[in-house]
Amino acid sequence: MDLAAIFSLEVVGAIATLVLMSIGLAVVFGMMKIINLAHGEFMMLGGYVAILATNRLGISIWISMLVLAPLVVGLFGVLVERLLVRHLYGRMIDTMLATWGLSLALVGLATMVFGNTTVGISSPLAGFAVGSYQTSGYTLFVIAVAVAVLAGLWLLFRFTDLGLCARASMQNAAMAAALGANPGRIYTLTFGLGAALSGLGGAVLAPVTGIIPTIGASYIAKAFITVIGGGSSVITGSLAASSLFGTVSQAVTFAATPVLGEVALLAAAIVLIRLLPQGITGRFFKRSI
Amino acid sequence: MTSSRRQFLGTAASTAFASALSLRGLDAFAAEDKIKVVGIYDLSGGLDIYGKPVVDALRFAAEEVNQKGGLLGRQIDFVNYDAQSNMQLYAQFAQQAALKDKATVVMAGITSASREVVRPVLDRFKTLYFYNNQYEGGVCDRNYFAAGVTPAQTVQKLVPHAVKKWGKKVYIVAADYNYGQIVSAWVKKYAAESGGETVAVEFFPLDVTNFGATISKIQAAKPDFVWSALVGGAHMSFYRQWKAANMAGKIPIASTTFAGGNEHIVLSPEECNGILICQNYLQELPGAANQDFVARFHKRYGADYPYITELAMGAYQGFMLWAEGVRRAQSIDRLKVIAALESGIAIDAPSGKVSVDPVTHHCTLDVHIAEVRDRKLNLVESFAQQAPSDTAAVCDLRKNPNDAKQYTIKI
Repeated sequence: MDLAAIFSLEVVGAIATLVLMSIGLAVVFGMMKIINLAHGEFMMLGGYVAILATNRLGISIWISMLVLAPLVVGLFGVLVERLLVRHLYGRMIDTMLATWGLSLALVGLATMVFGNTTVGISSPLAGFAVGSYQTSGYTLFVIAVAVAVLAGLWLLFRFTDLGLCARASMQNAAMAAALGANPGRIYTLTFGLGAALSGLGGAVLAPVTGIIPTIGASYIAKAFITVIGGGSSVITGSLAASSLFGTVSQAVTFAATPVLGEVALLAAAIVLIRLLPQGITGRFFKRSI
Repeated sequence: MTSSRRQFLGTAASTAFASALSLRGLDAFAAEDKIKVVGIYDLSGGLDIYGKPVVDALRFAAEEVNQKGGLLGRQIDFVNYDAQSNMQLYAQFAQQAALKDKATVVMAGITSASREVVRPVLDRFKTLYFYNNQYEGGVCDRNYFAAGVTPAQTVQKLVPHAVKKWGKKVYIVAADYNYGQIVSAWVKKYAAESGGETVAVEFFPLDVTNFGATISKIQAAKPDFVWSALVGGAHMSFYRQWKAANMAGKIPIASTTFAGGNEHIVLSPEECNGILICQNYLQELPGAANQDFVARFHKRYGADYPYITELAMGAYQGFMLWAEGVRRAQSIDRLKVIAALESGIAIDAPSGKVSVDPVTHHCTLDVHIAEVRDRKLNLVESFAQQAPSDTAAVCDLRKNPNDAKQYTIKI
């Protein structure tokens, strides 16, 4: 029984991790149809901001993870959108190339500034017991952040003017502009929001894994699989795909080995895309956000 | 006016040309006069935690030899190539060391995977190769010398100690490549021999950072202790997550890889206190020879140098063994140096006496069990002059000098 509880917690933790890895990418892709290949590097930046602010400046780990990292990376995202991405709207391949170049540049820059060594920080929460088992309190925190992010996004899209305009531009930018919305500003804000969420994800995952300039590469594949598997709806899609892939990979990890767990995740993604080329929300939950 | 200008240009050009020639000549002479030693180690990427101390130690060894007048009256020119934890770069740099640099000796490789990339290249181009790390044993190659320890020297000591101290059931977590696979087989064997049993073995690719599921599985299996053969920066997350799950101190850990990459300095004391290790060298070893070495090393690199790891000491010892071989051979010719090293060379290293076993090209040396406590390795028990008996069981270079492969020892 205790083991079942621990197992469920690990599965939910894995789902939350996938949500945090992919939500920033999902916002940018789902709303703007921009494939941001620098997403992993945005996460890496978030991790560095959190760890360095804590280790070097002595700022509380909670503030640097939950406030500083999304703020800094979000502002960086706005800058990137203004300077680079906005010239390429509607040209998907070009944005891919441009953001890929940006990702290479960011890896090189981070290596020059921070060095090519893994930096880490101890996870700030103590463990706790479930019956005779011990588990990490930090997993609960990761789950809480993922829930808060999804809830916050839903409230933003559903109940604010900005959310309404954003959804309108997402469906038909020309029509939204004709009705008085300003797609340019909306796109800038959306890209900034996506970047901020990537930074937050990278920062929250940093104490678990440690940060190195090339860590983006290990995030981006899973983030992409989740976003493509989820389909066009940002929140529902991310949640559905994360739940599916997280459960599959953790179940196999428990039953067999961590190596097979990763293989199972990829296999599940291939089967899913074969059956539902538009992703889960392309077929089901069509009207969801 | 024109002619004098032309003259001037001509003279200037020929002077420049001549001086360039003579400079090149001098340069070539200077380079030839030096003995080239090439290192290939990771100064960046996931394995940098091992590579940096090793390169510091090799540079230190080369400087010490040079300060005492060099070898055969020639100075040593040591260069290191950063392989960036990338196997392809190991292959490229090994070729460059053999063909372009014409290195007298190459010291290279942290992981067994990288060693098996470098070794055939250096065999083919007939360049002497020293591998200075602890590893799983079994490489039998006349062109190759192993200055580090093998499982028969460390695992065989630590497993019975842990079984006696903590209990019979062991759970093994290991890196997923030849080192982790073979060492966990040795742990299984020695555990069985000392009356223990292995409840599970789990392997992790070198870039895995999430150990949550495994930590739950370990608790479900209720072992008496965990054996870690985890390797590299990413796997350090295991100890972090172990502590985050409140497991530190609840189920003890034994390892022969822990502390090899300064893990006990990088992690917090709460994350690693109580872990038992077994290796050839501890910076804390008593004795004047070691204290003198640590003082010299700190004078060169600063008193705040993090820690002189076992791998760093292995590299220093490997370098000094090779230097002794050159002195005895009175030549840097590869075959003469190999013959000299096979004549039973020994050095008095900071870790104690280190001698080359002529039959296997591995070393006989002291090993120590130690406990991690507040960023220090506290000596628990020492074992003098351990022979590489595992490799000796399969390898006899006197009988088969043309052997050049790694035996996976039947366990």
